[in-house]
Amino acid sequence: MDGAAIYSLFIINKSGGLIFYKDYGSAGRMDTNDSLRLASLWHSMHAISQQLSPTVGVQGSSFSKPTPSISIAFSLLQHTKTEGMYAINRRLPSLDLSKSILAGTKFFVVCEPGTQRMEALLKFIYELFADYVLKNPFYEMEMPIRCELFDLNLLQAVQKDRVALLSR
Amino acid sequence: MAPIAPRSGDAVFANVERVNAELFTLTYGAIVRQLLTDLEEVEEVNKQLDQMGYNIGIRLIDEFLAKSNVSRCVDFKETAEVIAKVGFKMFLGVSASVTNWDADGTCCSLILEDNPLVDFVELPDTCQGLYYCNVLSGVIRGALEMVSMKTEVTWVRDMLRGDDAYELKVKLLKQVPEEYPYKDDE
Repeated sequence: MDGAAIYSLFIINKSGGLIFYKDYGSAGRMDTNDSLRLASLWHSMHAISQQLSPTVGVQGSSFSKPTPSISIAFSLLQHTKTEGMYAINRRLPSLDLSKSILAGTKFFVVCEPGTQRMEALLKFIYELFADYVLKNPFYEMEMPIRCELFDLNLLQAVQKDRVALLSR
Repeated sequence: MAPIAPRSGDAVFANVERVNAELFTLTYGAIVRQLLTDLEEVEEVNKQLDQMGYNIGIRLIDEFLAKSNVSRCVDFKETAEVIAKVGFKMFLGVSASVTNWDADGTCCSLILEDNPLVDFVELPDTCQGLYYCNVLSGVIRGALEMVSMKTEVTWVRDMLRGDDAYELKVKLLKQVPEEYPYKDDE
């Protein structure tokens, strides 16, 4: 598994389009079509989960008190303590979701099961996005991200996270 | 893990990279001057500044959310407080006060005592209709629109026009609920 803290990162815009996808580590590489399909799947699941959320009006919808039908439908989804972030525990790599809670852009990472502190990494990725993508005057909102500085800083962050993980 | 606590405007302001205030003020002045030359009509300049502000606002909101750790506001009153105390502090280094609420809590005034945009500005007679800081109203409008609030932001008082403070009136027109699925044409 070459010690990768995260396997891949997805950034999905408001309307469900994949605007950024990156693979880290060798496990579970996907081609472009698969990543697009998966991204729209995450997006729809998130949208549905919001609609089903028992706490009306809270966008970082919480699953803390699911009704039985919801808990059957979303036994896969487990709410972590931080608002707007979910961990989906599967048998294989687990998924961490962060979204720009209010503005609609969603960030997902697929990581090793049980990896801690994903919230911090996701939050840092969000900051990088705000700095290096949104502040680039030539970046068009909601369009695929092609910003070298973002790539570079992201890679550094992921590597730093990996080192931190190994030293634990 | 406990939720990340919201940070104060001061704390964020202390941690971000800043530029020389004079450079900022003069750059803004140059932009306004150039717009006046290009567009000739003061009304058009007001519109253009507002549009520029809007374009800044729709991007700035993400930086605001990423760095301030603010989460969803309960009501519009809290939103206004957050803009005044955290938003203005974080990006302009000054804070505003919120007053003049109307009865149903949808309209209020943000009052700026200090405004770094206007440090050296004196409006000449030819530009009396100019809202020099109109970019600010655009920023607020754009940023709030991204978090599903349609607002109307207008200047009530302007020190450049001889008033005693800067007063921005923010009126909540409607809250657009997040709707799924989005329609095909959106």
